[in-house]
Amino acid sequence: MSSSEDESMSEVDEQEEQEKKTKSEGSVLDYIMSLESVPSKLPPHLDLMRTRVFCNNDAPDHTETIQYSGAYAALGVDNSIRLDKFCRNFKVQVNRLTEDDIEFDMMGIDPALANAFRRILIAEVPTMAIERVYIANNTSVIQDEVLSHRLGLIPIKADPRLFEYPENAGNDKNEKNTIVFKLHVQCEKGHPRITVKSNELKWLPDGSELPAEDVKPNSGSKPRTFTSFSCSQDSLPEFSTNPIAPKNLDIILAKLGPGQEIELETHAVKGIGKTHAKWSPVATAWYRMLPEVVLLKEVKDELAEELKNKCPVGVFDIEDIEKGRRRATVANPRACTLCRECIRGGKEWEDRVSLRRVKDHFIFNVESTGSLPPEVLFTEAVKILEEKCERVITELS
Amino acid sequence: MDPQPEPVSYICGDCGMENSLKPGDVIQCRECGYRILYKKRTRRIVQYEAR
Repeated sequence: MSSSEDESMSEVDEQEEQEKKTKSEGSVLDYIMSLESVPSKLPPHLDLMRTRVFCNNDAPDHTETIQYSGAYAALGVDNSIRLDKFCRNFKVQVNRLTEDDIEFDMMGIDPALANAFRRILIAEVPTMAIERVYIANNTSVIQDEVLSHRLGLIPIKADPRLFEYPENAGNDKNEKNTIVFKLHVQCEKGHPRITVKSNELKWLPDGSELPAEDVKPNSGSKPRTFTSFSCSQDSLPEFSTNPIAPKNLDIILAKLGPGQEIELETHAVKGIGKTHAKWSPVATAWYRMLPEVVLLKEVKDELAEELKNKCPVGVFDIEDIEKGRRRATVANPRACTLCRECIRGGKEWEDRVSLRRVKDHFIFNVESTGSLPPEVLFTEAVKILEEKCERVITELS
Repeated sequence: MDPQPEPVSYICGDCGMENSLKPGDVIQCRECGYRILYKKRTRRIVQYEAR
């Protein structure tokens, strides 16, 4: 595979060298190439259809991407996908990065790949989430099942890369695949109602404290619990400086009236969003294509004012031209939400404004739930796709 | 015959007071006289799946 790539690369290099030679030898070829009847690249209208989605008043047009390598063979244009071409065109630019939010532009990539990243982020990047709940006492009004479900959805601040999947260890719950939390709250009689929040979940680095009843305790030794930790998670360098806790400490779990009590223990394990949404590492992961707004005709004076007022997100602006006349300009096309308000109001508006989307430019948004920073989540997603590709390659070879 | 039967604690349906009753006792709250008493939840551990 790599050898064929090398060949194609060298061919390109040779062609370029030949071109250089011919240029130096004589200008006849240059002259022929400069003639309009000999197209060296796609005519503008076809190029526009290839690279843009047209957002017309009724429906979007030219939404498909042209994959076939010989699609423009009759025009002498090569449409094949080449690795070196991809490497040259591909670009990533981060626009905004906060603790759990990122917005970046990804350019020169096929929508299929961009969507693959999005889907992997939602369903296949692992996190830790509460999976088993052992309830010793619950006299509150919230039912055990509902409380368990609520506990499962709490995002946990623990790097999933430091843990193993529980399936790998059989039925063994050890310090490598389980995080144990304890919750014990009581509302004293005669006191006002209390609200139980996620900050009451206390991490137990030494494992479970509740005795497993089905196992008879061996005389002399410690009673058996629900986990078998060989060492404390506290002693591991990754957690000693950065203790495990729920990411948000203000999530309401239950309310307790006077005399009510909740006592339970929970086990968090590693999993992926495909199994259950509680393991999804992102609150949202989405992208949109870059909007392109083009004024096909000059829009002046009152019409310019009207156009500016039509747009609810302020895409258009007005600039002064000579003698007190004004002209509409496209000031902020990125803000366009494709509401098409500007091309409503008859055919003349459709002829004035063209709304388009750039097919290979994606504005990506990732909002992390907190287990990993958003930029790390994306690189993890890329790694997962890479792994999948490698699996396919080994299957085929 | 059983040795001494253990007293079991119940919760009053009206005032929420805890009452320990032995077999043969009158079923009535010592605090308010209400005649409906509820058994307490056991501390046996129940396992749930958080889904």
